[in-house]
Amino acid sequence: MEFYLKGFLIACRGIPATVIVSLVAIVMGAAIGLLLALCSQVKSRILRAIAKVYVDIVRGTPMLVQALIMAYGIPQLVQSWGIDFKWTDYGGMAIPAVIVCGLNSAAYMSEVIRSGIQAIDKGQMEAARSLGMSHGMAMRLVIIPQAVRIILPAFANEFVTLIKETSVLGYVGVVEILRHGQLWNSSSYQTFPAYIGVAIAYMILTIPLSKLINGYERKMARKEAAA
Amino acid sequence: MSMIEIKGLVKAFGDLEVLKGIDQNVEEGEVLCIIGPSGSGKSTMLRCINRLEEPTGGEIYIDGNLVTEENIDKMRSKMGMVFQSFNLFPHKSVIENLTIGPVNVRKESENDAAEKAMRLLERVGLAEKAEEYPRNLSGGQQQRVAIARALTMDPDVLLFDEPTSALDPEMVGEVLDVMKDLARDGMTMVVVTHEMGFAREVADKVIFMDEGYIVEEGSPEEVLGNPKMERTKDFLSKVL
Ligand SMILES: Nc1ncnc2c1ncn2[C@@H]1O[C@H](COP(=O)(O)OP(=O)(O)OP(=O)(O)O)[C@@H](O)[C@H]1O
Ligand SMILES: [Mg+2]
Repeated sequence: MEFYLKGFLIACRGIPATVIVSLVAIVMGAAIGLLLALCSQVKSRILRAIAKVYVDIVRGTPMLVQALIMAYGIPQLVQSWGIDFKWTDYGGMAIPAVIVCGLNSAAYMSEVIRSGIQAIDKGQMEAARSLGMSHGMAMRLVIIPQAVRIILPAFANEFVTLIKETSVLGYVGVVEILRHGQLWNSSSYQTFPAYIGVAIAYMILTIPLSKLINGYERKMARKEAAA
Repeated sequence: MSMIEIKGLVKAFGDLEVLKGIDQNVEEGEVLCIIGPSGSGKSTMLRCINRLEEPTGGEIYIDGNLVTEENIDKMRSKMGMVFQSFNLFPHKSVIENLTIGPVNVRKESENDAAEKAMRLLERVGLAEKAEEYPRNLSGGQQQRVAIARALTMDPDVLLFDEPTSALDPEMVGEVLDVMKDLARDGMTMVVVTHEMGFAREVADKVIFMDEGYIVEEGSPEEVLGNPKMERTKDFLSKVL
């Protein structure tokens, strides 16, 4: 039994790293995702094409591969140009990890945000414009605040997914939950307790979040029914 | 100078030509009612005036100024628009629906905007609903708020697209009363409507549209009481 407790406590040491990487990445993902969503709505074909290619690339390749390219591939490429570049000189291996996670969730968030914006009745934009608002002002004051309520559950779901996906970051030098478990396993050979501990550490992050989402969705459904 | 001048207005959606050359003036303080069968282009004409639809051809002048893509935000704030489906902002309270335009577009202070909003709500008889959210109001109340919202930008013209069509019959009267009150106060109004009683009572001029043309125009007595064109007679015999 004590091995299980030990395994769990060891895995918990990775919680700060996992949470910080996930949090920074989700904020970055939301910001870039919003930008991409807005790009996919504009008249300019070039901007629309950029947004589309970006989403295709990110969704069409495994995150681990992207992480390896960002963490190891890019420094080597830059060094081959004669520039001395190491991620460890720029804040450590968590930096490329956060960037990859952020870029990844941006691709997903852009789709979520786009569908949220499209779900708003077009009369809302017309009413805003007919008060003299510019397109940008109408988006900011009228459309996006309404879209946020719609996409909040999907946003939180993406956060849950992201927390789980950060488990690949051990391969690029981030010592997060899984990596702590692996390290302990290789010194103690307590394989089952080590990975059970890891699993539970993830669950104490993801399950409360999922419960929160379900609660919010039920509340919104009740509100809809009442309206 | 006319308040609204429409010259050779043409609008096509792809191959479908919806407005086939509309010429019309609306004078200051005048109430123009647009009637006609479904699909005749009434909404499209109204929406071209404040460029919610971009005209394919022709020109529109508001108070002597040509409306263009560049000055459209400024022009739109001279024109209030009232929609069939109200289009209030559901995430904002009633009073916020009325202050959002003045505060953000005209950079008025929150206090000034709120004061004016309360005056307008009193005018439409809904001052006590200021803090409510639109979903807690009846359709008639929502539309009265929407009219008040359109007035917050001190427009020279109000455009109405079938403002009572989405309402239960018992609520039509309260909205028409507000509109009559505005007309009496000298507001320039363009109203697409199926309410012939309203047109007869309030309109200075009625136009009958069919298939993208203005088929007949004149005073309410002429167009509604004594139409000359067959198509007008035909339409009126169906709706009256
Ligand atoms: N955005 C659009 N794209 C394509 N066709 C459109 C669009 N808006 C309107 N139309 C078409 O233009 C024609 C005129 O439409 P409009 O809405 O102006 O008619 P209306 O006179 O207001 O009719 P109703 O009394 O039903 O409101 C219709 O055939 C309609 O299908
Ligand atoms: Mg219409």
